[in-house]
Amino acid sequence: MIHAPYIRKPASVQRLMGLVLLALLPGIAAYVYTVGAGILVNLAIATGTALAAEALVLALRKRPVAIALSDLSAVLTAWLVALCFPPITPWWLTMIGVLVAIVIAKQLYGGLGQNPFNPAMVAYCTAIVAYPALMSQWPPVGGMDFGTQLGLILGGARDIDGLTGATALDALRSGLHAGAGPVDVLRQGPAFGFLGGSGWEWIALGYAVGGLFLLAARVITWHMPAAFIATLALVSGLFWLFDAARFASPLFHLASGGAMLAAFFIVTDPVSGATTPRGKLIFAAGVALIAWIIRNFGAYPEGIAFGVLLMNLCVPLIDMKTQPRVFGHRGERR
Amino acid sequence: MNIQQFRELAHNGLWKQNTGLAQLLGLCPILAVSTSMVNAVSLGLATILVMALANLAVSALRSYIPYEIRIPVFILIIAALTTVVDLSFNAYFHDLYLVLGIFIPLIVTNCIVLARVEAYAAKNDPLTSTLDGVMMGLGLVWVLGLLGGIRELLGAGTLFSGIEMIVPSLSAWNVFGDDYPGFLVAMLPPGAFITLGCLIAAFNTINAKLAERTRQHPPTAPASTDAEPAGVN
Repeated sequence: MIHAPYIRKPASVQRLMGLVLLALLPGIAAYVYTVGAGILVNLAIATGTALAAEALVLALRKRPVAIALSDLSAVLTAWLVALCFPPITPWWLTMIGVLVAIVIAKQLYGGLGQNPFNPAMVAYCTAIVAYPALMSQWPPVGGMDFGTQLGLILGGARDIDGLTGATALDALRSGLHAGAGPVDVLRQGPAFGFLGGSGWEWIALGYAVGGLFLLAARVITWHMPAAFIATLALVSGLFWLFDAARFASPLFHLASGGAMLAAFFIVTDPVSGATTPRGKLIFAAGVALIAWIIRNFGAYPEGIAFGVLLMNLCVPLIDMKTQPRVFGHRGERR
Repeated sequence: MNIQQFRELAHNGLWKQNTGLAQLLGLCPILAVSTSMVNAVSLGLATILVMALANLAVSALRSYIPYEIRIPVFILIIAALTTVVDLSFNAYFHDLYLVLGIFIPLIVTNCIVLARVEAYAAKNDPLTSTLDGVMMGLGLVWVLGLLGGIRELLGAGTLFSGIEMIVPSLSAWNVFGDDYPGFLVAMLPPGAFITLGCLIAAFNTINAKLAERTRQHPPTAPASTDAEPAGVN
């Protein structure tokens, strides 16, 4: 969707993808600063796998390889996969995730622009369903040096219960299920920081900064991030006011897990998301609602990925029901 | 029945009209029990039994079944035969019966059985009808076996797990060794859909290649002259 004032320079796929990659850098920088450089290794593994898989499938499909590789879309998918996975994910799991994203979720449906599901989220869901234990081991912030992280990525022995911990979301939910105390008490635990997960809130801030840059550069419109954040804040705020001992505050929900990454980089995927302005609001609100429900009542540590896939399924219906009125015609909404 | 007819029946059942890959009938049991090769092939064998017997019975009785109520009659015949197979499994392969559970009685509702009865057995003589049931069933079995094998290999790293339920002296083959981490998605319903999709894609690719080759090298004359006079009747 193009908005006035119109850009004279044609917005090529390569330029858009490049800007999104650029916007991810503040978040990645915060990630490296607070958690460690292991994520850079994962990003490199994911990028290499994505480019190789994309080239291979394109060659099999007898499509031009060089053009599709240089549009950076595979690199963006790879980065999103790596950023959703724990930074100490073993190399083969990162590769499986990227292969699922590129080969199954993207190319088998027809390649760039044809995929009905968000490839990075398909990868995340596949990995968390297949390897729930590995996908739930996150390093404590600042508590694991680069050598240890590298060793774990390269397949080192993982009897590391002492080294890794649950994320803030995970710790909160399992604490509540076990009846270990109300939210206030649980949040004194080591996994928690000022707002969300200890240290992870700075990464969330980095993603938010990058997201604001994307908004300013008009790569994305305000609808999806605004609807996502507002819905998550609204629904968590209502339940928090209702019972603060059992439900975490809106700020906690916004600052922990993948909320900021999702708000600006994942629900805003132009291919698999809704395209009409009102449709974008409904889509992002639905993702936030499902994510909050899974976070509070589900069995998985994070629900955004499932929310995105479920709402991806609804996109054709949403788009059909939210066609904007054509200028000059009576406002007869079908 | 001559050899030409037999070859056509076999080709239709095993490849051209394959129930799993071309007709896509009876997908529910195909997807549900193909978590391991032994489960898949066992249910496939049970289905062959039912299909062969149902085709034989319906074909033999076809002139006595009123056209208007043929479907309920077919279903009654199929249900009776399925009960026989169900009870036999319970008696002779009790462990396997417990694993396959509801899917053996559900052969009654498997649309491939009714489809062959209605489309073939109700119009042909008992011998060819029985053969049609067997061939269609064999087509189902090899697809089920392949699907179950792929899913079991990816998901658990084994092959033939559960074989001891049929032949007590055998045991499962641990292909990738004990430290294979498994790939649970392959065992879950999404893995069934994705794997079957890949198999259908491969099936279509092979068919396209074969069609391309036939177009470039048309079949030689003797085969067609042989078939033509016989095909009149």
